[in-house]
Order: sequence, then C-alpha cells, then structure tokens
Amino acid sequence: MSGPAVVSLKGVSKVFGKGGVTALQGIDLEVERGEFVSLIGPSGCGKSTLLRIVGDIVEPTGGDVAVNGKPARRARLDRDYGIVFQAPVLYDWRTVAKNIALPLEMLDLDRSKRAKRVDEMLDLVELTGFEKHHPWQLSGGMQQRVSIARALSFSPALLLMDEPFGALDEMTRERLNMELLRIWAETGSTVIFVTHSISEAVFLSTRVVVMSARPGRITSVVPIDLAQPRTYETREDARFFELVTQVREQLHATGADEVEETLAHDEGAS
Amino acid sequence: MSSVAPTAGERSQLVERIRYWLPAVVVFAIGIVTWQWVLPDLMHVEAYVLPRFSDVATALWDERVQLVRGAWITFKEAVGGLVIGSAIAFVSALVLARWRPFGDALMPYMIAANAIPIIAFAPITNAWFGLLSPWSKITIAAVLCYFPVLVNSLRGLTSVKPESIELMRSYAASETSTFLRVRIPNSLPYVFTALKVASVLAMIGAVVGDYFGGSTESLGVVILSSVALSRFEISWAAILIASIMGIALYGTIALVERFVLSWHPSVQRRAT
Repeated sequence: MSGPAVVSLKGVSKVFGKGGVTALQGIDLEVERGEFVSLIGPSGCGKSTLLRIVGDIVEPTGGDVAVNGKPARRARLDRDYGIVFQAPVLYDWRTVAKNIALPLEMLDLDRSKRAKRVDEMLDLVELTGFEKHHPWQLSGGMQQRVSIARALSFSPALLLMDEPFGALDEMTRERLNMELLRIWAETGSTVIFVTHSISEAVFLSTRVVVMSARPGRITSVVPIDLAQPRTYETREDARFFELVTQVREQLHATGADEVEETLAHDEGAS
Repeated sequence: MSSVAPTAGERSQLVERIRYWLPAVVVFAIGIVTWQWVLPDLMHVEAYVLPRFSDVATALWDERVQLVRGAWITFKEAVGGLVIGSAIAFVSALVLARWRPFGDALMPYMIAANAIPIIAFAPITNAWFGLLSPWSKITIAAVLCYFPVLVNSLRGLTSVKPESIELMRSYAASETSTFLRVRIPNSLPYVFTALKVASVLAMIGAVVGDYFGGSTESLGVVILSSVALSRFEISWAAILIASIMGIALYGTIALVERFVLSWHPSVQRRAT
C-alpha cells in the first residue's frame, strides 16, 4: 500500500538525564499500514522507550518521529493509537465494561454507542458475561484481554504493545498470541509489539526488528515470510525454526546473551 | 432465604456467627463484672478513682437531660471540625498533587506541623473567637483533622502507577480528567483511612476544647464541673457518652466507606 508510512522514525535518539545514559541512538524505522512489527532485544536496549517515543509518552532527544504522517504529539492528541502495557493497568474502581469504555468516554461518545461498542469488544476478546466484574476478580490472562479490548475499543489504526504477555504463563501466552493475530486480521490494524521472546516475535510478526543494548540501536531487521494466517502448526514448521534461529543468531551477534547474563547476575544479587 | 425450618447450612452459619462473637461477649461480661464488683469490693478501688458501674449507670439515667444537651453541643463541634478540617485538607492535597514542586516545597513543613501538639492552642483559640463561641472548639477539632487527612490524601493522589498516567496521556486526557478518573478514585481508600483517624481526633479536640471555655453546657464542661464537685460518677457517665459518640462517628464513616468503596477488593471479599 502506498501513502505515508504509519510510523516513520528518522535518526531518533534518547539520552536520559543530562549527559547520562544513551538509551537509543540513530533509530531509523518505517512501519507500513497493516504490518505487525516486533521489537526484540536484551533488557535495557530501549525497546520499551522506543515504543513510548512513538506514542509521544516519552520525548526523544533527537530525530524525527511521524505517526500517520503527523508529528507524534499531534497523533497522540488525535488519539491515533491504542496502547497495551505489560501490566494490564485496569482501574479497580471500574467494572470490566467501564474499563473498556474509558477511551470512548474520553472521545465523548454517547452512552448507547459506548455500550454497543463495549459489547462488540467483549465478544472480540471472548469475555462476554464478565462486563460487571471488577478487574481483580479476573485471572491475569483475562485482565490482559480486557486491556487489549480497551486499546481496540476506539478502533485506532495503530496498536502499541509493550510486552503484553510477558507476565503470563506459556499456555495463556500462546492462546492470547492466536487471539491477537485473529484480532489483527479482523481489524486490519498496524501493530508494534515489544517482546523478549524470540519465538513469540517470529510467530506473530511480519517483520522482526532486532536491537542491541548500550546504546540501543537497530542491528538488523528480519522479514518473516511464514504463511498467513498463522496456526498452531506454524510453530512446528521447519521455516519457523529457521527464522527463530536466524533471529537468535542476530541477537547473539549483538552480544545480547552477555548483557542478559550480567542483568541476570544483577537481579540475582539484588 | 425461606421462612421454614433452617437448613443445615443456615444452622452451621448461625453456629459460625456465635462462635465468632462469643469471645467478644465474654470479654464484655468480664469487664462489667470487674468494674462492678472486683475493683471496688476485692481490690478496694475508691470511688474517686473509679466509681462502681451501677453508680455510673444511675448517673447516666439521672443526669440524662444535662448529659444529652452537653453531648449534642460537643458532637456538633466535633462533626463541624471534622467536616471543615477534612474538606480543607482534601482540597489542599489536590492543589499540592496538581502542582508538585509546590507540594514538594511545602511537604516537609506539613509533616513537621503534624507533630505540633495542637491541643496546646486551645486556650489561644478562645482569644481568637471569644470565650463563648463554639468556633474556638471547631477550629481545634478541624486543625487536628487537617494533617492526617492531608498527608494521606496526598499519598493516595500521588501513589498512582506510572502506566495509569501514561494511559491517560495516550488518550490526550486533560489534567482535570486524569484527576477525576484516576487520581481521586485511587486516593479514596487512603482518604477513608484518614477520616476514621480524624473522627477520633475531632472528638478529642472538641471535648478538650470544652475545658477551656465556650458554652457552659457542653460535655467537657459537665466533666469539669462534676469533677470539681467530686461527683465522679457523672464525669464517668459523660466520658462514656463521649466514647459512644466517638464510636458512632467512626462507625458512620466506616459505613460510608463500605458504600463508596464497594468496588474495593477488601470490601467485596468481606461481603462474600
């Protein structure tokens, strides 16, 4: 598809504090409409920061960020994207239905349209019947589905996901991967997905962006040519393993395992 | 819920209830027996130290007109102080949470001010409002309530997960909207905890404030004058009423809390 890219990053950098840590350096990336792009890299490579820069939650120190052909700030004010964090970030004082309706409320949609949309969303994430529940009454996986429903409720063209399934068990994670792909296909949205699981990145994406740490840079981009739609069998495909290996080698080439080891050591010590 | 014979489940629930409350009832009975007989008869505690329970109960009945009138005056002072002090405290917390540098600059002084023995000001507030004004006592109660409500509200308004704020930012939400939808609801459990503490403080402030002037019929004055006349059973009866008012105030807030925070896990788990 022609026209401006959904996300266009040119020479983006981010330094935290005055003369402090360089989190990101020289990031160039274009994401086309309908793509599913994963950002993968070791902890501390700035992938979450990059996602927040796209969403204008964090301001870059340098470079240009365009979303839908507009400056990131304009895109945020126009509510061009939905965001999903690693934690579900649901409000305990709201029911499931009201959590999903939150962005619709911000858009001043009237009550009946809101209710209709919430019902559609509950159906999409298969949580019909739970609208009156409070978030803490749901399991972790269900909570994350609510937060996905909330992000999608106002049909943003762009979905930003920051390790959304990172805290879930493997079974739930695989099921939600399938659900996310189904939703992505149904809504035709563009997804930028941060993860540190290689197989998850390969399984979900049309392209995997491999990053390195200190400073955070893009070291390679791996196109994923697995057939769509992806199924449970995709994970057993020989090509799937080849691509996983390819991404893993790219990660190793960046010295990622070394970083992971030091980080694991740090965490163990603290 | 049927009107016929209770089912086994209902009966075991009743047993469960009794088992839960029994220890408290036993302690209450032991307390009354000790007060009525053990202390005066066996341990020879004199009436000026602690009058017998039945004497206090008699005084409670005989002096009911005086006590109820005094209680009503003091109760109004306490509630007035609680409402005014807590309202100003919550508004202050909103301002300090909204303009953080301002809040950061003032916070150390607020915490230090919390350590001031406010009661020490009681004689001075009479000079401000006049010896007979209820406002001196309302002021004492209000100032006592102010700091705990301020500190807790501010904590509730600011201890919001960063992602909750980032989410609101992603919706291009205004500062007001973020307060209404995130910060204020998040603060409510903290606010109610503070209000319960403040209700006790308000009662203390009002009674102690009575000691230094104001209406000659207030509960504090009843305590003071009955002590002067060595009618200790009346003093104790008045103290008993002050305690009951304190518990009632606390209980009312706890009830409102259960209603307002019906969404809160702790409330819902208690209900089920």
